[in-house]
Amino acid sequence: MIRPKEVISTGWNYIKEERNMSVLVYVEQVDGKFKKSVFEAVSYAKAIAAQTGTNLTAIAIGDVAESELQELGKYGAEKILSVNNTELKNFVNQAYAAVVTEAAQKEAADVIVLSNSFSGKGLAPRIAVKLKAGLVDGAIELPKLDGGKFLVKKNAFSGKAFAVTELTSDIKVIALNPNAFGVKENSVSPAIEAFSPAVQSTDLAAIVKEIVRATDKVSLPDAELVVSAGRGLKGPENWGMIEELAGLLGAATACSKPVSDADWRPHSEHVGQTGIAISPNLYIAIGISGAIQHLAGVSSSKVIVVINKDPEAPFFKVADYGIVGDAFEVVPKLIEALKAHQA
Amino acid sequence: MKILVCISNVPDTTTKITFTNDNTQFNTAGVQFIVNPYDEIALSKAIELCEGGKGTVTVLNVGEAATDPTIRKALAIGADDAVRINAVPRDAYFTAYQIAEYARTADFDIILTGRESIDYNGNQVAAMIGEFLEIPSISIIKKLEYDGTTATIEREIEGGKEIVTVSGKFVASCAEGVAEPKIPNMRGIMSARTKPLTVVEAKDIAEVAKVVSFETPAPRGAVKLIPADDATSLIGLLHTEAKVI
Repeated sequence: MIRPKEVISTGWNYIKEERNMSVLVYVEQVDGKFKKSVFEAVSYAKAIAAQTGTNLTAIAIGDVAESELQELGKYGAEKILSVNNTELKNFVNQAYAAVVTEAAQKEAADVIVLSNSFSGKGLAPRIAVKLKAGLVDGAIELPKLDGGKFLVKKNAFSGKAFAVTELTSDIKVIALNPNAFGVKENSVSPAIEAFSPAVQSTDLAAIVKEIVRATDKVSLPDAELVVSAGRGLKGPENWGMIEELAGLLGAATACSKPVSDADWRPHSEHVGQTGIAISPNLYIAIGISGAIQHLAGVSSSKVIVVINKDPEAPFFKVADYGIVGDAFEVVPKLIEALKAHQA
Repeated sequence: MKILVCISNVPDTTTKITFTNDNTQFNTAGVQFIVNPYDEIALSKAIELCEGGKGTVTVLNVGEAATDPTIRKALAIGADDAVRINAVPRDAYFTAYQIAEYARTADFDIILTGRESIDYNGNQVAAMIGEFLEIPSISIIKKLEYDGTTATIEREIEGGKEIVTVSGKFVASCAEGVAEPKIPNMRGIMSARTKPLTVVEAKDIAEVAKVVSFETPAPRGAVKLIPADDATSLIGLLHTEAKVI
C-alpha cells in the first residue's frame, strides 16, 4: 500500500519518500518443515506490519511443499516468495543473505525479521550489511515506535539487563529470540509466488558436507520446557532420571558449566553466561546452586523451579517454586507424580 | 599463515550489572574488565593452529586506550602482536566495519571472533566482517581443523551439528569446544609487555544503531517452597497456577 508522506526523525527531520513499504520475514525450513519458532517470527513480523500499516511477505528458501507454505498464512503472511533452487538446497549464509536481500529490495521492505536461530545468527548480520541496516539480534519485544524513533528491546549482559536499541537506519533488521513473543494466529489466504534470483558461485564458497540432527531430542535453544541438572547429580551415570523427566514433559535437557566442563554432558547443553542463554516457559534446575554466571543464562525463563538439598542455594532467590531436598529422592517422586498427572 | 583474532573488552562474568546517567550508561565503577571468554577460545585456537612456527596470530580490539591491559592479556596468552583501533566500539556494524577495513590492509588467511560478547550479546561482528570483505563466514562453530588451505568446520544447529568446508579466506565465530582456553604463563606475561601493539585510527561510517537505555529485570516474587515429599503439589501448581505443563 502507498503510505502518506510523513516526517520521521533520524537525527534531523526530513520528508520520507513516498513508496511501497512492507515487512519481510525469512522463514527457515528444516527438511521442508517450519518449526514453531518460525511461526513465532511470522506472528511478530505481522504485528510490526500492523503497527506500521503495511503488508507482510515471507521468503522461504528450499524445497517446501505448498501445503506447508500455506501454513504461514495462519500467522498473517499475505504473500510468500518460494525459492526452490537446487544450488540453495543447503543453508549457506552468504548465498541466503544475497537472496533475502534481493527479496527485500523487490518488496521494498523496510523491516526484515528473522528467527534468532543458529542459522539466523549467521544470516542476519550479512543481510544488515548488504542493506546498510541496523540490526537487533535477540529482540524480546515488539518495536516501540516512539516519535519517529524505532526502538527494540533485547537481552544484554547475558540476561542481567535489557538494552533498548534505536535503529537509526532506513531499513531495519530484527532477529527475534525464540519464546519471546509467542505464536499468534492471524489467518489470511497467502499468495504464493515462485522467486528465482540468480545465485553467484562466489557466494557458495562454504560447502555443507554433512548435517547431523538428533531427531529424538527436543532442541534446547527454542525449547519451551527445559530440565537442567548440575554437579548435585554426582556423575554422568545419574542422568537417566533427568532424561526420563525431560522425556515425559517433552522438554529439552540442559546442564551447568561444571557438568559440561567435566564432560558429563556435551557443551551444547551448557546454559549460562558462557554457554547459551535460553528463555523457556519452564526451567527446572536440579542440583544446581545458581552461580551468577548460570543465572545470567536462564533468568529470562518465565517460570523457574529449583530442586536443591541446600536451602541456602542462591538459586532459590530467583525461583518461583522450590523443593529443598535430595535430587535422588525428589526427582523419582516428581516422575511418579507426573505420570499420575498425565494418566 | 596469518590469523586475526578480534577481542572484546568486557566486564568480568561475576560483575553486578548497574547503570548510570539515567540508565543510559553501563556503570564501570569498580568493574574488572577481561578478554571476552569466547574470544579467549578463538585466540587459543589461533595459537594452537600456529604452533610450531606455522603462522602468526594478531589480536585486534576496537577500543580506547583503557582497553590496553586486556590486549596485553591476549598477548600474554600467546598472540604475536596486537592492533587497537582507537574508537569506542559503538555498535557491531561500526566495529565490524573497522575490523574489515583493517583486514584489507593485511593479508589474513583466517579471522576468528568469539560467538558473542558477554556484554551486548550480539552475534553480529563475524558475519558482518565476512560480508564487508565478501568472504565466507561461519557463525557459532564448535570445531575447526585447518590443513593450510581448507578448513573443516563443525557448526552448531538446533538439535545437532553441521560440517562445513571452506577453501580460501574465511571468518568464523567460536563457541565452547573449539579449543581449551589457554592460561598465560610467566614467560607469556613478561614477553607481553614488549610485544608490538599498533594503534590505528578509526574510519567514519554512518550510524545505523545505538543503545539508548538499559533496564534491569524486575525481581521475581518470593519462592513458593513445596515439601520434598509432595511432588504431586508441584506438578499441580505447574499445571493450574503457572500453566506451563
